[in-house]
Amino acid sequence: MTTKATPPSAVAPTRRRGIETARARQAIWLLLPTLIAIAVVAGYPLYRTFFFSLFEANLTTPGERTFLGLGNFWFTTDEGVALGFLQDPKWWTAVKNTLLFTVVSVFLETVLGMIIALVVNSAFKGRAFLRTAMLVPWAIPTVVSAQMWAYMYNDSFGLVGRGLLGGQALLANTDSAIWALIAVDVWKTTSFMALLILAGLQSLPGDMYEAADMDGASRWTQFWRLTLPLLRPALLVALVFRSLDALRVFDIMYVMLGPVNASSTSMTGYARLSMIDNSQLGLGSAVAMAIFLIIMVIVVMYVTAFRVKFD
Amino acid sequence: MYLKRTNPFLFYLQRVLFYVLVLVIAVYLLFPFLWAVLTSFRRAGDLFLPPLQFITAPATVSNYTQVFANPNFQRGLLISVIVAVASVLISLLLGSFAAYALGRFKFRGKALILYIILAVSVFPQIAVLGGLFTLVQATGLFNNPVSLIFSYLIFTIPFTVWVLTSFVRDIPGELEEAALVDGASPLQTLFRVLFPVMMPALVTTGLLAFINCWNEYLFALTFTSSNRTVPVVIANYSGASQFDQPWGPIMAASIVVTVPLIILVLVFQRNIVSGLTAGAVKG
Repeated sequence: MTTKATPPSAVAPTRRRGIETARARQAIWLLLPTLIAIAVVAGYPLYRTFFFSLFEANLTTPGERTFLGLGNFWFTTDEGVALGFLQDPKWWTAVKNTLLFTVVSVFLETVLGMIIALVVNSAFKGRAFLRTAMLVPWAIPTVVSAQMWAYMYNDSFGLVGRGLLGGQALLANTDSAIWALIAVDVWKTTSFMALLILAGLQSLPGDMYEAADMDGASRWTQFWRLTLPLLRPALLVALVFRSLDALRVFDIMYVMLGPVNASSTSMTGYARLSMIDNSQLGLGSAVAMAIFLIIMVIVVMYVTAFRVKFD
Repeated sequence: MYLKRTNPFLFYLQRVLFYVLVLVIAVYLLFPFLWAVLTSFRRAGDLFLPPLQFITAPATVSNYTQVFANPNFQRGLLISVIVAVASVLISLLLGSFAAYALGRFKFRGKALILYIILAVSVFPQIAVLGGLFTLVQATGLFNNPVSLIFSYLIFTIPFTVWVLTSFVRDIPGELEEAALVDGASPLQTLFRVLFPVMMPALVTTGLLAFINCWNEYLFALTFTSSNRTVPVVIANYSGASQFDQPWGPIMAASIVVTVPLIILVLVFQRNIVSGLTAGAVKG
């Protein structure tokens, strides 16, 4: 701390408080541009999405709208026609597929990422090469990897679709497509997981392993008793961030399956189909709010469960 | 070493199995990309060949000449570069102000602001899509790259603030205190003293944010019709008919947009790993 900003005549405690108020005021000015930007690109649009979720509105004429309350979520007409998205079996198919996608792909990514990280962390010839190779799938844009795999899954000349599966159209129906999409996501993001785990592994204290060696613990025991518990914090962070990414997945479904089939494999795909492709701004906004709530609940659970602290 | 003396067979078996594992991992990570590279150099008629003949088929660069002659692709590249660079510069500027305040100053409500920024960084983009779309339309920015530059701030700003804040905290305080004693204002301190020290962090953060902008698909798909970015162009690359996918040019275009990223990532690999881990929350 410095005394420069206050007159030299002031007494010590007030002087100190004066500097702190001055610093706090300066901090506000430094933060203001960021806070305004966040309010403009996130806060206000979020409020508008919430607002439209309560109305029946068309995308092209958002001004002409009628209030529905929670009707976009749950609404049955006098003739017994169910209009809320929560009454739409396709929404629940999308939810089921998104959850399946999230659980399976994050699980596989963690296991494979752990194996790759352990291999790269040990000393051998060609280690630098493998470490570099790890970055390649991560650096490839998602749309590009989706196109690459769509080509390999092609049933008339793709390496996987025709070569391995003898001409099966994997992407043609949702039940098999979801597994094909999981394979793409696992390929694309395992390296990200491996990178984070590797960074965690390299910060582990080496002397504990020396002690374990002296005690005659096998590599297997060392992994379960030392590595895994010590790695837990790094692993949990990576796991949660990957799960949140997987829950809002959109690109690979939309590129590989097209708008309609994507809407039954991902929640985001369902929201976009109703909001943009079908122009039902109100209904689509309601779906988007539901996705937002699901993700925020998970984030809050995470923050409280792992006691994330700032400062 | 111990095993080598007592049971050489088991020792070498272990070595061989380990290298087999290394090979499997390398092939798994690289093969799909190499296959795409190979495809981009094959003639349309040769795509139907069985794998072995496909590998040895004559190479051609016609897919690449076709892609570069495609006006949509040219336009896409230009727009992608403009949008990503502008978005990254804005967020680095605003992000470093914020990071300086959050990393160095003590004030009430700091934890709250950090929570808000964290919440925005886990935001599902779909939650603002409808609201942003109506705003973009109302302001007449539909199909204008400016709409993308601003909408990308939703993920670049929280990311840059997070990474830079954790970096600012690690800078020794003496530097800044010396500047304050000399009577420098906070902005002077930031620009003259901290920016030079922060350069590596700014480059790393900028690069990671650039990659995110370069890859973004949902907003680019929704807010533009003809001024599309490269991922949207690649996803919609169409041939003569709806059922005829021109795989050769698609793969060539994919390679063209990926290779610069791979080069950047390989050059900055050490910084990237530290940037990624700093971006993740410390529990």
